[in-house]
Amino acid sequence: MKLYTVKNQVYNDRVVVADDMILTTEHPTSAGSRMLEGYVSLIGSEALGCLTAAGYVLGGKTQVGEFAIDLVGETSKDGAIYKDGKAVNAAACVLLADEACVALTLDVNGSVRRAAAQSGLCSVKPTYGTVSRYGTIPVACSGDTVSLMARNTGECRNALNVIRSCDPKDGTCIPESMRNEKTAPVKRVAVIASLMRDVDAEVNRAITAAAAALTDAGIEVITIDDSVICTSRPAWNILMCAELCNNVSRYDGVSFGHRAESFSGIDELYTNSRTEAFGDLLKAAVIYGSETLSANNYIKVYDKALRTRRVIVEAFAALFEKFDALLMPACSTMAYTEKMLKETPRLVFDENLYTAPASISGLPAIVSGGIQLAGPAFSESTLLDTAAIIEKGGQVI
Amino acid sequence: MRYETVIGLEVHVGLSTNSKIFCSCSAQSYGAKPNTHICPACCGMPGMLPVVNRRVVDFSMKAGMMLNCTINRVTTFDKKSYYYPDLPASYQTTQWFAPIAVNGFVEIETSAGKKSIRIKQIHMEEDAGKLIHDIREDTTHIDFNRSSVPLIEIVSQSDLSSAEEAEAYLERLNILLRFAKVSECEMAHGTMRCDVNLSVRPEGSDKLGVRTEMKNMNSIEAIKRAIEYETARHIDALENGTEVLIQETRRWDDLSGKSYAMRGKETAGDYRYFPDPNVMPVVIDDAWLNAVRDSLPEFPEVKRKRYIDELGLNDYDADQLIKSIALCECFESAYAVCKSAKDAVNWMTSEVMSELNARDMTYDMLSVNGETLGKLILLVSDGEVGRANGRKILSAMFEDKNIDPKTYAEQNDMIVSHDTELIEQTVRTIVASNQKAVADYKRGKEKAFMALFGQCMRELKGNCDPQTLKTILAEYIADL
Repeated sequence: MKLYTVKNQVYNDRVVVADDMILTTEHPTSAGSRMLEGYVSLIGSEALGCLTAAGYVLGGKTQVGEFAIDLVGETSKDGAIYKDGKAVNAAACVLLADEACVALTLDVNGSVRRAAAQSGLCSVKPTYGTVSRYGTIPVACSGDTVSLMARNTGECRNALNVIRSCDPKDGTCIPESMRNEKTAPVKRVAVIASLMRDVDAEVNRAITAAAAALTDAGIEVITIDDSVICTSRPAWNILMCAELCNNVSRYDGVSFGHRAESFSGIDELYTNSRTEAFGDLLKAAVIYGSETLSANNYIKVYDKALRTRRVIVEAFAALFEKFDALLMPACSTMAYTEKMLKETPRLVFDENLYTAPASISGLPAIVSGGIQLAGPAFSESTLLDTAAIIEKGGQVI
Repeated sequence: MRYETVIGLEVHVGLSTNSKIFCSCSAQSYGAKPNTHICPACCGMPGMLPVVNRRVVDFSMKAGMMLNCTINRVTTFDKKSYYYPDLPASYQTTQWFAPIAVNGFVEIETSAGKKSIRIKQIHMEEDAGKLIHDIREDTTHIDFNRSSVPLIEIVSQSDLSSAEEAEAYLERLNILLRFAKVSECEMAHGTMRCDVNLSVRPEGSDKLGVRTEMKNMNSIEAIKRAIEYETARHIDALENGTEVLIQETRRWDDLSGKSYAMRGKETAGDYRYFPDPNVMPVVIDDAWLNAVRDSLPEFPEVKRKRYIDELGLNDYDADQLIKSIALCECFESAYAVCKSAKDAVNWMTSEVMSELNARDMTYDMLSVNGETLGKLILLVSDGEVGRANGRKILSAMFEDKNIDPKTYAEQNDMIVSHDTELIEQTVRTIVASNQKAVADYKRGKEKAFMALFGQCMRELKGNCDPQTLKTILAEYIADL
């Protein structure tokens, strides 16, 4: 089991670990895949650069699930990490062991948020376009967001203030002048009933505890019904797999990536290299993504998912006319057991029911006290204030 | 039965921008050592994000306007996926859903008369790298210098019906794009490449025949031969049933003069286009559009007409000039200084063009400053510098753009002398040592006089008014 590689022993209260989706020029970046085993990038992550420039020290890299699309990191080339029978995330372990104060991660499909929720940590997925994606392994570029994980909201807030930038090297960064920051405190929070249907008792308790803490603090918590937000899951699975399929097509064994030793001809070189180096979940995503983009399916599937995304964004906008934030689960259960993972390899494509809404809409989402808060664009600051209330009053798992 | 050929062309044009389409590497690396103009972005490495080069959009808009297209005010980039070793990211960023320019046309003229060829669309995209096969080592190397060099693809409607029309169309594109300075359009350098879509049907039929696409023609001559070959092949198949035509991509082989079907694998069927989430839509506002429109050159025909009607040039000279915008610009600024269109065009079509030819330069490569040329023309026409020395000064101007003709002439002893004493002395010396020539001339051999004249001129280093020399020489010999 390899949690992370330490460059040198650092005794510092500002140690940051970066997950293996964040490119570094001194350490290899493998994206959790055999495909990129030992790959050392020529460029480093912009966000990590911001942190080190601000005095954070890079302690090492933490392993991730292959291309960060899995539940909590269990598909890593270095194997899943189990603690007390439940799968845990490497960055979360490092934070819980107090070996770093913050982890810089790439949120592709919610693994960071699920890991934080299940480990009682805080995570921030900022508004899409407020942190540079330059120097991160691209997976689903329209949703990939450089995120943070820490033991508490305070550490997350400190690091977030450092990594927010408008990087000219990332054309999707939103100019500072267009960031309409929300400063009014959160007063009304909605719980979406349909998202509560399939969660287990423990998750239910976490939501109830959070709602109680908010109510105690004078915040109105109202349960509503909304069917549009739930369409995020299938739409996001389509968009994510399609973009992933395209982004990992560069790993063909020619310019970089694992190259099979035995092949005859260029087609076999491609096929053998990819067959050998990619894991099952990734292969499934590639095949699904390839299918959704094919000429026969593009209009029926991919284009429809893009249109659905627009509808979802509008539904969120309408919700945030009435509410300041949404309180929702980050996962259906607080533990993924080895048995569950073995029996339901496609579990992540169901579990992202809770993470896909913020991924597909690019909205900020904060995990604290085992639950997730989503808010309108640029509301990270007030969301963190709200999360801090839950952190203090909410159930500690 | 009589047949007609239906042809559409897809023309790729390499833009002359300094840098590549999504990174700041040089885009002008033709002939450079392999992999000397590359960076992580154009090598498709993970973590790099594309940032659109604004000049590429400028140039593409210009091209669209030159070809009478409508400019799409919101234009977007898409990803096109296929596996090939020269494509490092295994996808090409191109435009599929909202190309920069649509619905244009160009006028061509052939032996059959004038015709308008419609342009379906122009889209921006990145070029791929280049594979270099090493036969000795039985291995293949990849040169990424060309990777991400900006291209536009100009897609015509199927309005062409012969090799002659295709040639006229390509030459028309060539001149218009070179006039707008968006590309050198040099087929030999790969900055202009052309794929041919062709089908054949009975004359008058409104149903299209089976269409084939041909690639790999490296010259206009090859394109013409390929069209003629493919037309004959289609007709043969229709008339004699020699083969069954299928929709396919074929490779032209110029050596054998035949086209061959490409293997299925070489012609990916499904490119899985989808919008590139990393490139925001480019929105072209009025100010941007107008700025590009204002930068368009006068069209070649307009220039030609103006040269003839207003400046009194003859048809031939005007045609010579409009072969290149560089010639036109040089001519126009030279004329503005020397005020004689006749002198200016004479210098352009004789001295300047022969100097370009001697240096193996294309007309577009002319970098001589037109104003300086105008000054030189004045020096010569005012008799301050002899014509032959004028030519030498022009040659020096090709080497050094900053030369001032007058200063250069002074420094190099090229100023015409009006000292008749010096001329008379030279004449005396030359005549004295060339008695045979003098005798020949006196016997009526005109050539002998010119030989003596030439020797005197050489002795004077050309710095002498020819008329004065002629008079003095003739008088001196007559007086002998």
